Amino acid sequence: MRFAISLLTLVAIASVIGTVLRQNEPLANYLNQFGPFWFRVFEAAGLYAVYNAPWFIAIMAFLVLSTSVCIWRNTPGMLRQMATYREGIRESSMRAMAHQTEFACTLPTDEALHRATQYLQAQGFRLRAGATGVLAAKSGSFSRLGYLAAHSAIVAICVGGLLDSNVPLQLKLALGEARPASSDTLLSQMPASARLSADNASFRGNTLIPEGGASSVAVINAGDGVLVQELPFTLTLNRFHIEHYSTGQPKLFASDVLVTDRETKQSFSARIEVNKPLQYRGVTVYQASFDDGGTLLNLRGHHMLAPRAQPLQLNGRIGESAELRYDGATYRIEWVGFRPINVENLATVGEGGANDTDREARGLFGRVRDQMGSGREGMTPRELRNVGPSFSYKLRDAAGQAREYNNYQLPVQIDGRPVFLTGVRDTPSDRFRYVRIPADEALGIDEFLRLRAGLLDPSLRAAIAQRFAANAVRGGSVSPALQARLAESAERALTTFSARGYQSVAEFLEQAVPEPERDGAAQIYLRVLQGATWEAWQLRREKDRLPVLDFTPARVQFVQDSLNAVSDLHFYGVPIWFSLDTFDEVKASVFQMTRSPGRNLVYLGCVLLVLGVFAMLYVRERRIWLLVRDGIAVLAMQTNRRTLDANETFARHQHALMALLSTTSSSKGAVHERH
Amino acid sequence: MSATERHGLMYWQSRSWQDWLYALALLFGVGYAQQRYSAYMDSYEQIILLFAAPTGIALGWSWGALQRLFVGSAVLALFSISLYTQELARADRVFLLKYLISSQSAILWMCALYFAATLVYWAGLLMRSAFALATATGLTWAATVFGLVGLLVRWYESYLIGADVGHIPISNLYEVFVLFALITALLYLYIEARYATRLMGAFVLLVISAAIGFLLWYTFSREAHAIQPLVPALQSWWMKIHVPANFIGYGAFALAAMVASAHLLASRGVLATRLPSLEVLDDVMYKSIAIGFAFFTVATILGALWAADAWGSYWQWDPKETWALIVWLNYAAWLHIRLTKGLRGALLAWWALIGLLVTTFAFIGVNMFLSGLHSYGSL
Repeated sequence: MRFAISLLTLVAIASVIGTVLRQNEPLANYLNQFGPFWFRVFEAAGLYAVYNAPWFIAIMAFLVLSTSVCIWRNTPGMLRQMATYREGIRESSMRAMAHQTEFACTLPTDEALHRATQYLQAQGFRLRAGATGVLAAKSGSFSRLGYLAAHSAIVAICVGGLLDSNVPLQLKLALGEARPASSDTLLSQMPASARLSADNASFRGNTLIPEGGASSVAVINAGDGVLVQELPFTLTLNRFHIEHYSTGQPKLFASDVLVTDRETKQSFSARIEVNKPLQYRGVTVYQASFDDGGTLLNLRGHHMLAPRAQPLQLNGRIGESAELRYDGATYRIEWVGFRPINVENLATVGEGGANDTDREARGLFGRVRDQMGSGREGMTPRELRNVGPSFSYKLRDAAGQAREYNNYQLPVQIDGRPVFLTGVRDTPSDRFRYVRIPADEALGIDEFLRLRAGLLDPSLRAAIAQRFAANAVRGGSVSPALQARLAESAERALTTFSARGYQSVAEFLEQAVPEPERDGAAQIYLRVLQGATWEAWQLRREKDRLPVLDFTPARVQFVQDSLNAVSDLHFYGVPIWFSLDTFDEVKASVFQMTRSPGRNLVYLGCVLLVLGVFAMLYVRERRIWLLVRDGIAVLAMQTNRRTLDANETFARHQHALMALLSTTSSSKGAVHERH
Repeated sequence: MSATERHGLMYWQSRSWQDWLYALALLFGVGYAQQRYSAYMDSYEQIILLFAAPTGIALGWSWGALQRLFVGSAVLALFSISLYTQELARADRVFLLKYLISSQSAILWMCALYFAATLVYWAGLLMRSAFALATATGLTWAATVFGLVGLLVRWYESYLIGADVGHIPISNLYEVFVLFALITALLYLYIEARYATRLMGAFVLLVISAAIGFLLWYTFSREAHAIQPLVPALQSWWMKIHVPANFIGYGAFALAAMVASAHLLASRGVLATRLPSLEVLDDVMYKSIAIGFAFFTVATILGALWAADAWGSYWQWDPKETWALIVWLNYAAWLHIRLTKGLRGALLAWWALIGLLVTTFAFIGVNMFLSGLHSYGSL
């Protein structure tokens, strides 16, 4: 018993470790976390997969064994205890019990015992008369079956759980019946040694099927490699459905599949949903996850900082990669993912702060009042909106370094202005830094491209500067010398900005202007830059045979936003921005496939456990003995639990029996009337 | 006629007319729900609804106060629902809804009343005032009515937000905290009636107040009260039985721990003359752990069955599952020690108190500190 408790404690401690330490992560993560020494120690202790560690399994096995021995040893005695009434009890034993009493009994022994029998039967006792004027009664003795049920349940659950754990797989690997293949092996090229046959009794694997695709195997991870589990059927995914609530949370994941038996060749359709798995030929198929099944993207790549280069037309399929040349270097472009829907909270960030102070001002009572009402919405304003599809890709250079990009197809309203968002990050743990490319009045990209073409084209610079100077002094009488200086500074502003955006502007100012005057100079400089950019845009429009635009605040803002975007694009890595024209979405569904031979045993164990626990805790075993002799009655009671209500029960029976056994015949009639 | 048959007949004969009326009302309610809302329920949910009637009747018949709670809450909730006239925004316009019986208002009233009950229980305990203690009991009942009304109306409100959003309000940490307070209070009130003593209220209401404190922090700083739609994993009839069973377990364990703390104080002479006898405290502690253990066993098994449907395995050592096992082992050992070794007293009281820490970690700690499949219960 004590040993069992210490083992249980050990199981509990191991379980705690298993929850605190993330299990089954790549080994490199642990090495990073603990350093080489402790990494080895923990690895040797099996802490990275505690629940499959040999010592853990051994403890469980020992517990099962000792529980079984316990059951084996106790069962005969328990059954005997249950059956017996102990009607041959001696008076001295009765008097030694915790609940016992003695009272006068004037009735003849037979009559007394008859009355007591009537009473105790009505109270639900089963009785047996002893030889020496003793009446033995008992009730609820099947609570002892509870012990057997609960303890057998533990054995059943552990054995069933063992059958469904990955121990059978470990055994197969240890016996050399299967050898995992490297995880980047193509499914079709898996060697026979890595294939498990369809009649394998216990397995748990995953399979990803794109829409329109089919699979008749599941992949099982085994250490660093994989095994392929043959299934007794082929699963074809017709369609994967994903639905969202208006808040963007997922509402439904469902797969419409066609199941084809590999032996009989018969097929049927089925739908697999979360919480509604499919069972066929002993295999349970669950909706585990979903992925992109190879969506085709039709893209245009714009050379953002090289205005005269033609846009690239290309197609990308998610999961595939292609070669991309830029500025003499070769990159691999890897199409990573596609999301058809993005629900974002577009509530203006600035308002939140104001709201906080607002809330302080409302005081406690006001805040409580705010919370009263329906359970609908919080006080923080939220403006959830689907901002449309997005896609992501990686650009990997020759050295293998990859930058990741995330682009939205449609312009998103930010600060009341539509912008194309394109995010970039250097490592997956970073957050995306977004460049905002302003959308034009037609919500397109053309005007921005035109503006940046004018802005960055050195051959137009002189002409732009001239126009800027001419327009700036229009209506005023300005000397040609001043006009020439204006033109000169406009041209320099354009040239400087074109090099590396605001950074080169800042460097230039630092060099050319002494500290005290720098702020003022910077303002003038930026105004010149803005004005020159406006002219660059208009000049570009003229060359494209488009009318010159009127000057409006919105367009000035557009110029400013464009300048910001161009400046930011210098920190974008390869400055090619991909816009998404059309796409053809292909989804994929990820299924988990299991065969759990121990499941029914575990469920049987669960039923036994519930029955056992309730029987042990709630069925009270009560034994009562009544001995009548020489004008006295001795009453004794035994219970399996020492609780307060045992006292009450005893007192109740005592009073009732005293009243029955010590009265004269007048109450005798009353007793007989009852039945 | 056998003894048990006679026993059974007496049970039926001893029912009062209120009992029958209550049973009839419950049957009518279930019938109405089945007739009107069966389109919203799958067959399992209809079976659960069907079983709700006999369960409610059995509970109400064995403890009359529960009848009044159920009927009172149902009437209030129906009245509240009638005030909505199918329009959620009326919760902010109609005075009674805004300040009394819309879901959030009712739950806030529940919070206030449980706090008040705690104070009055302590006043009654310290001043030996039977009147104060009786008042505290009344406050606890009132709080429980408001909490139940709050949950019922919240259920209705969720359907007003959207037919696809509607669901039983036991799906996230906010809602189950309300449930926890309700169940713990009801378990306590039952024990109060059963043992005919109000002296443990001061201690038990402390843990409810702690839960309420968390609930209020959660409401005011995290706005957790907003009704959220159910993610696919939670869209299952299992939730309707797994969660309540679990919270009967948590509630009973919490109650046991608070009574254990009273036991520990009394056995050191603190408040000893004011509290019930050590024997009573010990008995209550055992009984509530027994209730808690039985329901926690059932809840964990239901959870495993659900997991088999939702996650593809009845057991996969997810942190929540593992901690449930640890809690289960803890109380299994507690019961073993008590039942087979006959041990009592301070050691078991300490153990029950520490058991609450383990339970609390399994309840919220796992959601706060560990990641896993139960993440919809996260903070």
